[in-house]
Amino acid sequence: MQQVQLAWVDYAILLAYTAFVIGIGFALRRYMQSSSAFLMAGRTIPAWVTGLAFIAANLGALEVIGMAANGAKYGIMACHFYWVGAIPAMVFLAVFMMPFYYGSKARSVPEYLKLRFDERVRCLNSISFGVMTMMTSGISLHVLADLLRQLLGWDYNLCLWVSAAIVVLYVFKGGLTSAIYTEVLQFFMIVFGFAPVVYLCLKDVGGWGKVTDTLAQVAANPQSLHLANTNFPPEAWTSTWASMSSPQNNPMGMDWFGLTFGLGFVLAFGYWCTNFLVVQRAMAAKDMTAARMTPLIAAVPKMLFPALVILPGMVAVALAYMGKDGFTLPKKPLEPSAYAQLMPIVQEAAAQRAEVAAVYDRLVAAAGMPLDKEKVAALIKDHAEGRLTEHQLKERLQDAVAVNDYNNVMLAMLKRYLPPGLLGLGLTALLASFMSGMAGNVTAFNTIWTYDLYQAYIAPNKSDAHYLWMGRAVTIAGALASIACAYIAKQYGNIMDLVQLVFGFVNAPLFATFLHGMFWARATGHGAFYGLLGGTATSALFHGLTLSQGNEPGIKGAWLTHLLGAQPVHVFQSEMAQNFWLACFAFSVCFVLTLVISLVTKRTKSDEELRGLVYSLTPRITDSGQVWYKRPGLVGIVLLAICAVINIIFW
Amino acid sequence: MGLDIRYPIGIMFAIVGALLVVFGLITSGEAELYRRSLGININLWWGLLLLAFGLLMLFLAWRARAKLQSATPEQQQN
Repeated sequence: MQQVQLAWVDYAILLAYTAFVIGIGFALRRYMQSSSAFLMAGRTIPAWVTGLAFIAANLGALEVIGMAANGAKYGIMACHFYWVGAIPAMVFLAVFMMPFYYGSKARSVPEYLKLRFDERVRCLNSISFGVMTMMTSGISLHVLADLLRQLLGWDYNLCLWVSAAIVVLYVFKGGLTSAIYTEVLQFFMIVFGFAPVVYLCLKDVGGWGKVTDTLAQVAANPQSLHLANTNFPPEAWTSTWASMSSPQNNPMGMDWFGLTFGLGFVLAFGYWCTNFLVVQRAMAAKDMTAARMTPLIAAVPKMLFPALVILPGMVAVALAYMGKDGFTLPKKPLEPSAYAQLMPIVQEAAAQRAEVAAVYDRLVAAAGMPLDKEKVAALIKDHAEGRLTEHQLKERLQDAVAVNDYNNVMLAMLKRYLPPGLLGLGLTALLASFMSGMAGNVTAFNTIWTYDLYQAYIAPNKSDAHYLWMGRAVTIAGALASIACAYIAKQYGNIMDLVQLVFGFVNAPLFATFLHGMFWARATGHGAFYGLLGGTATSALFHGLTLSQGNEPGIKGAWLTHLLGAQPVHVFQSEMAQNFWLACFAFSVCFVLTLVISLVTKRTKSDEELRGLVYSLTPRITDSGQVWYKRPGLVGIVLLAICAVINIIFW
Repeated sequence: MGLDIRYPIGIMFAIVGALLVVFGLITSGEAELYRRSLGININLWWGLLLLAFGLLMLFLAWRARAKLQSATPEQQQN
């Protein structure tokens, strides 16, 4: 990727932003007198602040980069992550689940599980959640450092450590409050930083109508941009539901049932309703109404974000197809070691004037990825005739790569449209999205560690000052663990899919446990614990038995059948389809296991103990006297109706 | 918590907006620089918008504080 030079104004904007996020941490320092102020923000924050923090914590760098990537790869179907995979779950959280989380006075999601079931369930959940937050923040740390390295030529290790250090500094000083407050600032930064790109790219391409026209042609010929190997109906990139009748008809390789149940129900509810990273924001709100309004306020921007993060990816595909000003989708970069192997083969072929067919397979093996045959033939011919310089040859080889680097689409658009000044703003927005995500993970991790693992099992009955100290110490330890995960993440390819996989393993069965726990007083601790274990084991087994098209057995699945020397049980059209179906199976197994085991085991908690924890044993919250916008049920219905209309508009 | 987040947000966006406006004014007429943004001096316009947003946030924070201060004496009477 071609690097860009920053002007003084870009640095000034970056600096101003950094100064303010750190400044907020320091301004809040004097309020951090107890562990609950540090880890739970003292439950004093107004709803609009927790609401925007709720959505900013979710809008990490992975989301911004990954969704632009999905927009290019799958078109408008990527919006399902928002309109199907988020809004209904967020409304459910606000209306039905927040009363238990907030009302039970649990300090975290695992602690709710302890109150409702027993210690084992809490322990299992807090450990798996802790590992997951560290992995997520490690992956996003890696992505950010890698982007800054490619774009600005900054040192990878330096970017990694400095950006992690900034987050640690303000969380260390101001705890959850400073994470939430900076997330609000970051929310506005992300919106203002990316909005000009959306405006300029739409103007450049010639409006939405031109985008749909061009994408219809792309669907008929996706090979030309290396998007897919088969042709699709013309609406494949521009309709959310119309191309979902069969997995063959859309680039995501999904059918409507797998999507609605796998993503819309299991994964979405598992993420939004049980993930402490987001729930923690709502739990920090000042009262019950504010806590319930938090996800609803967050749902409004969430509904509109596809325009900000998915649209640029779709426009990028249209621009590349039109070849406007020579625009191409970013290609997977060739490693220096790959060049070292490729060069002698090209030299040899050029010297012998060999046909491209004779060396093509060797070149692909050396590159480690498919190459465009015509481009390779042309560059060998040109080299044989005129001897290209080494630099030219490298550029031509990179250009011949036939695999898109979707994760760079957002950056390519920033670079294409933003002049110095706004480029600094756009980069700051990227940095802000990364920091909001990482701070979310770090604050969730330190609360879980301090309250659910350290206080519960390692050192109970210590003074509050001791737990405050531990909360601070683990902020640093958590960041170090994230950095370690970042170096691990350097190994893997498509990041979004990997995160989805992890969510599938951990989150998918979890929602079944919560459903039983919150709405069925008969569910027992044995049922929940073994159901959860069974669900997670099902995830692993499913992943070990199935594979998706174009992938080798291993990290991508089918490792078990590979080990046994057998064929995968089923091969899905895409990794995403595999992940969604994995979630469906894990959820169902956990649901049934919990149900059956609960029925055959004795209840350990009395009705009295379950008051405030289970729906049927908790007094209803009446809010009929309130104005309409303070009634979560009503607001939720309005939001769902708007969401349904949007789905129909882009059908 | 004793900090109204609208103050830092307001001040930061006012500063960033002002920076962009100044940069936009200095570089106005440099066609080569704004070729990327389709010939629009986007720094100037977007800077103005951010400046306005920052000032709005400051105004809201200031109004909330004024309201709180005028409300406090009455509560003391009660």
